[in-house]
Amino acid sequence: MPILLKERSILPGFSLSLGYTMLYLSLIVLIPLSALVWKTAELSWHDFLVAVTSKRVLASYYLSFGAAAVAGAVNVVAGLLIAWVLVRYRFPGRRIIDGLIDLPFALPTAVAGITLCTLYAPNGWLGGAFAHGGAIGSWFPATGWAAEHLYTPENRELGGIKIAYAPLGITIALVFIGLPFVVRTVQPVLENLGPEMEEAAASLGAGRLRTFATVIWPEIWPAVATGFALSFARGVGEYGSVVFIAGNQPMKTEITPLLIITKLEQYDYAGATAIAVMMLLLSFVMLLAIGLLQRFSRLKGV
Amino acid sequence: MGLFTRIHPANLISPANPRTRASHEPAWVRVALVTAGLLVIGLFLIVPLVAVFINALRDGLGTYWNAITAPDARSALWLTLITAGIAVPLNTVFGVAAAWCIGKFEFRGKRLLVTLIDLPFSVSPVVSGLVYVLLFGSQGVLGPWLRAHDIHIIFALPGIVLATTFVTFPFVARELLPVMQSSGNEEEEAAIMLGARGFTTFWRITLPKVKWGLIYGIILCNARAFGEFGAVSVVSGHVRGLTNTLPLHIEILYNDYQTAAAFAVASLLALLALVTLAIKSWIEWRAHLAAVEQQSVTHAPPGGNAP
Repeated sequence: MPILLKERSILPGFSLSLGYTMLYLSLIVLIPLSALVWKTAELSWHDFLVAVTSKRVLASYYLSFGAAAVAGAVNVVAGLLIAWVLVRYRFPGRRIIDGLIDLPFALPTAVAGITLCTLYAPNGWLGGAFAHGGAIGSWFPATGWAAEHLYTPENRELGGIKIAYAPLGITIALVFIGLPFVVRTVQPVLENLGPEMEEAAASLGAGRLRTFATVIWPEIWPAVATGFALSFARGVGEYGSVVFIAGNQPMKTEITPLLIITKLEQYDYAGATAIAVMMLLLSFVMLLAIGLLQRFSRLKGV
Repeated sequence: MGLFTRIHPANLISPANPRTRASHEPAWVRVALVTAGLLVIGLFLIVPLVAVFINALRDGLGTYWNAITAPDARSALWLTLITAGIAVPLNTVFGVAAAWCIGKFEFRGKRLLVTLIDLPFSVSPVVSGLVYVLLFGSQGVLGPWLRAHDIHIIFALPGIVLATTFVTFPFVARELLPVMQSSGNEEEEAAIMLGARGFTTFWRITLPKVKWGLIYGIILCNARAFGEFGAVSVVSGHVRGLTNTLPLHIEILYNDYQTAAAFAVASLLALLALVTLAIKSWIEWRAHLAAVEQQSVTHAPPGGNAP
């Protein structure tokens, strides 16, 4: 008990288990992560700023953060819907569906990556329908509002919607990867919501929509926000499921993690390290935000 | 509002909690929501899953068999097995130790320790690989010393194992901790007072109580260890037949336009994912049954869905 103040307990093994935990944590996680800080310290402040704000790097942040934010927003809607349906209704196949929700966690990212790329490529099952001349793609001609605002330059000439090798494909991959986060954070909160408040709302004459907005939503929003944060954080750092579908063109479809690998392959260790530090800082900010959200929801007693 | 439900009592989609009719949506809303949810799941989860197997078999069983028995595929499988075989036991021992000290004792800095254990989850896999390159690579902190002693870590098995261990680090601890915390200390304390040794207490009292949490953590850890791509791809160097794990082998086949072969190997990993999900669902189902049984033994039938 000399350093860490521990409450008295008759159970044995505290020093041994804590000592081993700290040793292993230091060897596998803390010391390697500090190598990142060590290497960054070798850079001058000016070099660091240049490395993390070059045009190509800024374009990759814009893409990675933007796609992760859009995917997180899509996952909030889709995840809330799925969590609601799984908790509130009983229908055939519900248990199997419930088990399948975790598929993106269990499926290796490289498998997800090649599968999504094959599906959404212009000659794939889904990508074909959206491409120029496909069942859905033909609704999007090469002129008009959509062409002005939604298309990549290639589509502006051809029409149709390009999914793979475009930011839209990256977003779809991130939706796949992030979906379980929202479902699995919202589901237990919805399950623990007692029926009393809703019954009271109904007996006071509120419709279901109003009950949802004024009774249910205030209880579940911290969980929804946590799900968004988890999905967003995972999306920004995601590599395997995105790299195949992304197209990987500098300034256009190059995500930040890929840029780190590219710099590493060019032996630009300083550049790779600087970008990695930026991503690590973002991880810490997201961890902090999630911690605050969880503390907030604990205070509310959800 | 409830009228429509009463007219069609044999609806396929029924509310989870039939007692409180006041808080039910009309049937058409229920049908619409369930349909929308199933469409999202179908499009985003089921179609990709089916596509893996269809693409794997599209050039016939012969191609499939050749792809998964090719020498490069076999050495990739072997390397993946060795990697998981080292990383998973290491993280299991750590997970048990961490869950014991965090779950059974109160001490200062506990919150911080839990946050640090979760850290690898929030670090990009690419960054996880990079930190080991910065530590052990030729330009790295320990690079000159390792070169002088002719020890290879990066672009070799140790690097792959380390990166995999980093990425799968929190799984067992994370799944075991809540079970360890909720199972209470009383029985262990009784055993110690009656004179049992620490290890006996853990083996005979604690382990049976937290068994399912432990198994759950191990299978999740194992699934990730088999499938890790980003971190391993940074440290492996992609030497065919030497430092390629299964996911890296899939990448190489896919980029070589051997799509059917890539999906054949991918289908093995997809099968592992399905088995993982099945075991996970089974464990949750058991836990659910045990909870229901306990509830019906100790209490009258539960009133609502609130605990």
